[in-house]
Amino acid sequence: MEEILKINNLSKKFNDIVVLDNLSLSVKKGEVVVIVGPSGCGKSTFLRCINGLEDIDEGEVLLDGEKVSRNKKNLSKTRERIGMVFQSYDLFPHKNILQNITLAPIKVKKRKKADAEEEALKLLDRVGLLSKKDSYPRQLSGGQKQRVAIIRALIMHPEVLLLDEITAALDPEMVREVLDVVLSLAKEGRTMLIVTHEMAFARAVADRLIFLEGGKIVEEGSPAEFFDNPKTERLKSFLQTFSYE
Amino acid sequence: MNFEIIKEYMPLYIKAFMLTIRIGWMGIALSFVIGVISAFIMHFKIPIASKAVKVYIEIFRNTPLLVQLFFVYFGLPKIGIRISAEACGVIGLGLLGGSYMAESIRSGLGAVKVSQTEGALALGMTKGQLFRSVILPQAFTLSVPAVIANVIFLLKETSVFSAISLMDLMFTAKDLIGLYYNTTECLFMLVFFYIIMLLPVSVIGSIIEKKTGFKMFGE
Repeated sequence: MEEILKINNLSKKFNDIVVLDNLSLSVKKGEVVVIVGPSGCGKSTFLRCINGLEDIDEGEVLLDGEKVSRNKKNLSKTRERIGMVFQSYDLFPHKNILQNITLAPIKVKKRKKADAEEEALKLLDRVGLLSKKDSYPRQLSGGQKQRVAIIRALIMHPEVLLLDEITAALDPEMVREVLDVVLSLAKEGRTMLIVTHEMAFARAVADRLIFLEGGKIVEEGSPAEFFDNPKTERLKSFLQTFSYE
Repeated sequence: MNFEIIKEYMPLYIKAFMLTIRIGWMGIALSFVIGVISAFIMHFKIPIASKAVKVYIEIFRNTPLLVQLFFVYFGLPKIGIRISAEACGVIGLGLLGGSYMAESIRSGLGAVKVSQTEGALALGMTKGQLFRSVILPQAFTLSVPAVIANVIFLLKETSVFSAISLMDLMFTAKDLIGLYYNTTECLFMLVFFYIIMLLPVSVIGSIIEKKTGFKMFGE
């Protein structure tokens, strides 16, 4: 399968602290790559570097073979093609759900309002939130907000979707409803880069897993290799923290 | 209390009331314009200009309106600029109010969460689209309570206009007391007219606060 996203020798420092250390990764079209690792290992920073929310010190990001420019003007064009969903949802509190979803397609993609709304309603229906279209974000539960945030990203038809710990702030029951949406996206063949602490979900959704520590890829493998037969001691002890046997 | 006296003074008070309202609201309008421009300059950290705005704010927030009015009223003619007492009142109130409005609006702009910016940028919005569609409407809502408090404060500050011989409510009351010693009636009417002037602002202000804040609170 063709390669959609390629990261070459990416390095990032905050002051003198190395957060990402010469990181390279290649993602194929339709592939779901899950990144796990202890907190502070650079997972979130890695995702933020890909869509330019953080500057990078060295290396390059290639999207569909083209180098992602750090030039301010082109950056917004790139971000249209790389969707991102955050832990804190970041819905716009002054707009209702339908407006939250259609704001970017109307303003950024210059689509017709009726056209954008039609697609937004279809997407809302798909995640079971059609009845909430006129509600405001504050009236929704965390899980509902996060599902809205996902379709707000989807309506831009991104080629790659970055999900940054999207269930970290949710109750267990809400985690499920959000992850079900992500699983269905994976089945559809969407290219996704996911940072999560939900190991069972990671195993179910991933085509490939990456264990990140100290800004470096420590281990990489298919779900079966990764969970059942970890090669490095570090990954073994990390996975151990999730089991109570 | 003698109601005959009140009836007799009424036209004078109404005239003073209209003048106070006219100058007050013109000054407030000017203060809003100055406030918005200053707040934007500070928010976007425009070099040099933002330093100048900060100096302006500190000077005008830390001196009494009376002193500022004296500077405008007696100072400007010294450098060859002659303006009416009314214009002085408007400019004085506008400059004082501008410094308060600037701080209120700037803090509203600053109070919009950083994650809102990132959320909008991640959707491919440009800085301009982000500011117009996401930051500004939220900052507006966040600034409303402070802006309304400023409006009330500024309307009350008009009471020092009498110092530059503007025939406002305060001037009229003091003048009448000085002439006829009907202190009770004069002071009663003074309080009455200030309340008439300010009460609607308070009421309408809290309605606006509720309307604009309604959607956002409880996040």
